[in-house]
Amino acid sequence: MLRLARYLKYFKKEVIIGPFFKLLEAVFELIVPLVMASIIDIGIKNRDYTYVLQRGGIILLLGFMGLVFAIICQYNAAKASQGFGTIVRNDLYSHINKLSHGELDLLGTNSLITVLTNDINQMQLAVAMLIRLVVRVPFLIIGAVVMSMILDLKLSIIFLIVAPLVSAVIFLIMKLSVPYYRVRQKMLDKVSRVTRENLSGARVVRAFSKQDHEINRFNEANDEVADVAINVGKISAFLNPATFAILNTAILAILWFGGYRVSDGSLTQGEVIAFVNYITQISLALVVFANLVVIFTKAAASAGRINKVFDTLPSITDKGGKNFDNTSEEPLISIDKVSFAYPRSDEYALEDINIDIHEGELIGIIGGTGSGKSTLINLLPRFYDVTKGEIRLKGIPLKDYSIDKLRGLFAIVAQKSVLFSGSISDNLRYMKEDATIDEIKWAIETAQAKEFVERLPEAYDAPINQGGRNLSGGQRQRINIARALVRKPKILILDDSFSALDYTTDANLRAALKENLKDTTVFIVSQRANTIKNADQIVVLDDGKMVGLGKHDQLYKNCQVYKEICDSQLS
Amino acid sequence: MTWQDEKGKAMKRLFSYAKPYRGYLFGALLSSMISVTLSLLIPVFIGKTIDNIVGPNEVDFDGVLRNIIYLAVFIGGSTVFQWITAYCTNKITFLTIKDLRSRVFDKLNYIPLEKIDNTSHGNIINTMVNDIDIISDGLLQGFTQLFSGIMTIIGTIGFMLSINLGIGLLVIMLTPLSLFVAAFIARRTYNKFTEQTMIKGEMGGLIEELLGNQELIKSFSYEDRSVERFKEINHRLHECGVKAQFYSSLTNPSTRFVNGVVYASVGILGAFSAIKGNISVGQLSSFLSYANQYTKPFNEISGVITELQSALASAKRVFTLIDIEAESSDQDLISELKCDGRVRLTDVAFSYQKEISLIEGLNLDVKPGSRIAIVGPTGSGKTTVINLLMRFYDVDKGNIEVSGVDINKMKRKTLRSMYGMVLQDTWLFEGTVWENIAYGSPNASKKDIIAAAKASYAHGFIKRLPNGYDTIITQDGGNLSQGQRQLLCIARVMLIKPPMLILDEATSNIDTRTEIHIQKAFAKLMEGRTSFIVAHRLSTIRESDLILVMNQGRVIEQGSHEELLESQGFYHKLYNSQFGTATVVK
Repeated sequence: MLRLARYLKYFKKEVIIGPFFKLLEAVFELIVPLVMASIIDIGIKNRDYTYVLQRGGIILLLGFMGLVFAIICQYNAAKASQGFGTIVRNDLYSHINKLSHGELDLLGTNSLITVLTNDINQMQLAVAMLIRLVVRVPFLIIGAVVMSMILDLKLSIIFLIVAPLVSAVIFLIMKLSVPYYRVRQKMLDKVSRVTRENLSGARVVRAFSKQDHEINRFNEANDEVADVAINVGKISAFLNPATFAILNTAILAILWFGGYRVSDGSLTQGEVIAFVNYITQISLALVVFANLVVIFTKAAASAGRINKVFDTLPSITDKGGKNFDNTSEEPLISIDKVSFAYPRSDEYALEDINIDIHEGELIGIIGGTGSGKSTLINLLPRFYDVTKGEIRLKGIPLKDYSIDKLRGLFAIVAQKSVLFSGSISDNLRYMKEDATIDEIKWAIETAQAKEFVERLPEAYDAPINQGGRNLSGGQRQRINIARALVRKPKILILDDSFSALDYTTDANLRAALKENLKDTTVFIVSQRANTIKNADQIVVLDDGKMVGLGKHDQLYKNCQVYKEICDSQLS
Repeated sequence: MTWQDEKGKAMKRLFSYAKPYRGYLFGALLSSMISVTLSLLIPVFIGKTIDNIVGPNEVDFDGVLRNIIYLAVFIGGSTVFQWITAYCTNKITFLTIKDLRSRVFDKLNYIPLEKIDNTSHGNIINTMVNDIDIISDGLLQGFTQLFSGIMTIIGTIGFMLSINLGIGLLVIMLTPLSLFVAAFIARRTYNKFTEQTMIKGEMGGLIEELLGNQELIKSFSYEDRSVERFKEINHRLHECGVKAQFYSSLTNPSTRFVNGVVYASVGILGAFSAIKGNISVGQLSSFLSYANQYTKPFNEISGVITELQSALASAKRVFTLIDIEAESSDQDLISELKCDGRVRLTDVAFSYQKEISLIEGLNLDVKPGSRIAIVGPTGSGKTTVINLLMRFYDVDKGNIEVSGVDINKMKRKTLRSMYGMVLQDTWLFEGTVWENIAYGSPNASKKDIIAAAKASYAHGFIKRLPNGYDTIITQDGGNLSQGQRQLLCIARVMLIKPPMLILDEATSNIDTRTEIHIQKAFAKLMEGRTSFIVAHRLSTIRESDLILVMNQGRVIEQGSHEELLESQGFYHKLYNSQFGTATVVK
């Protein structure tokens, strides 16, 4: 948590001014019981009306000053804590954007979302509390004890016993209950998991008529949540009554022993009342203290998660500054003895791949499920760095290019089609910010999406709802392809992006690509032999190894795996 | 209905869920009443004790002792009843919440699929988890706090009036001041908080979209623009957040100030009365104790009311879910039916949206044991036919018969148990491989499960998983590829050996070599069984007894492969675009 405190350096002024004014307010609060004691002991005893009015006025004035000081403190707290949260959030978001695929896989996007929202909010709250209460609460407790010592040293022994005792009770109850909260959260996660599974599998659940089973599964998780909650409730239900009992017993002690002190003249009646007042102040402060402990325990856990993200450094570094050289005679891409293993894995996902690719070629990549097709594709724009060997672009290693320039050459259509909220044009502009309407129309038409897009009520401005629920799978896929085309990329990668298309559209699309993107080098990853049959080079992968490279006719004769794939699909 | 009425209704309904636990509710209210009364008596007796301690040699120790014994009883009693209140409140809260969650989940399993398809799952889960938690915090816990808060205020005023009418009236007159301050702050805060919630929602959406698709963002080189967009929202959040936090944090100092005013006023007026001899010093100290804590319940109540508001908003969302009309009951419908494999569709019409017609006048007579392939371009209604056969959706017109019985006249369970279904979207749940395969027949032996896995060519990869069949399949199935997931779903159906089969692109994610093996297994499974297959692979289609060619929701051609080719129609065109060149290769 301390490491994140460095962000407070932007708010030095607030962090000093805030607690300082809060401290002043607390001082005033501690003086009030003394003033009241003097009203009773002097004002009432001497029947002095002006004295009472004067002292009463002082209490009012102290209250008003307290209000002003507190407002100053609250303002500084709001400014510093919100500012702190904003800066950390910006930095964290920028940091996440620098991470490469490997790190993102390890961290998991869902947990990143939680860190960016909940965890930072938690830290923000902790900063606010730091300014508002961390100084005030201990000061009030210690101050009340000190004041009581000034009033009567002997009687203040009660305070010295009570304050640690109450702290111990609070600490004990928290220690017993906090682990339960963590367990409860885990149980609650299970409830949401079962619900999610039930919703996403609604068809299967109903097809197997397993509703009763699902309901039982849910009730089990649900019962567990309730049990834990009730158990922790039993413990935390002690907190308030226990502190109440201890503090009020302390008041009894003050009255009893105070009686003796008053009797022998070492204490006045008004001072006994002041003692009772201080006990009340301590009890209020201790409750706040208990809440502070909870807030900071949570914040420490949040800080841990935030730091873990900051500590994850991008494995892919952007050191090169080379630009793409169009005039070079070297092959566009040379994949030279490349092997690759995913982070945290000992096994190679790709082994010893060698391919030279020339400009304008159509490259087909084919192979079974899990043979390494997508992995190979991901190495080209440096989403991952190769483990062994080297990939060169126009004879220059990928690492020597600036990442922006390198990735700017590519357009990739992934297997899973994802659309962003916004209109269809907005989605295309993700790829090319300044795309004109003509460019958009051209891309849509090439992607064989013109017909259905123009039939939509708002055509190119038609909104995409909830990731494209208002479109069919095939329609989503075609918009995805159009989005890649709008950049007129140097290299186009289609990673099994035709799977939701019927064969007619598939064929038309391939014809249109050939016609409209003559200079573009195209990679098509597919399981359909027919889709890649006309490629200039076909790469056949099997279990991470390249078992064939060449044209269709050649491979059909010489490559056993390729022949099997074709035979399984073509009649 | 006005908004107020609506809130009242939601409140009433929520308490109807707490009804089984009304004993606890009654206990909570009663014990809170007792503990509040007892704790309010404490300042009175402290005052009395102080009157026994006047000055040197003016201490009545018998009186002090007597009062201390009273005090001890009050303190003890109040402590015990405070605990009982907390215990009872916890119990009703968590039991009611449990029932409410169960109720929602039950409902989810019996609402029409249409609702599940058209509602964001994230929202439903959010309601299930967060909204119900908010109800628990705000409404049920809040209710007892509200009750004890009101009790405290009434009790305090009562005690003060009984000690001294004048000072009591002064405090009552100062009360509107604290109410005014609280209302003033609440109004300013509310607007800022609403704005903040909206910006937070916007930010959440952006993060979800951009971070959830980081890989895509990278491939677009969109990182810088995404950071810009994030910073813009974050900036707005900051502007609004500072104000929202500042305004809301004014509540505490302001009420403390009001408290100070009350305290000083009571002090001055009380001292005057004491000088005149109208009250004793001890009674003044009781007043001061009351004044010191007077605004506390007001503070708590205003906090509770804010929570109540958001709890009622959450309750409304929960009730919206519960109020979705369930599927029509099938209690008295036919449950025992021997499936002979005959399926007949007569004049079936169906559409998802009233305005856009999809399937119309669909007629089909499927003979027992025949294999029906459904082909057609994307969006032509192939999957819709499956939805109707399984009665995931009800037909708008016409009827569907299985074994000569209208499917609307039999229990859904009866109908669905006749089909084994494998879909393109694979579904596995968090559990072992054993459990996932045995989902349809939980009593299957391990031997049967392994046999089913072998038949669907899943045995090989299962064996290579870290813990074999005991491997837990994680939430997003991250440890399995799409194809492997599909193999498990196929094994699931292989295990139950249903009388009829529905395969909706069941092998689309499996590489073709494995698929050939699976097709063989399916062929064996399909022998003598009626099966409906949505597919785009020729081998599967060609061997079917009947091919339905669909386009724009209609069956435009039907017949065997050869017949359809001969007729030179839509199928012929489709076939050529797909396989035309393929035949040349061979």
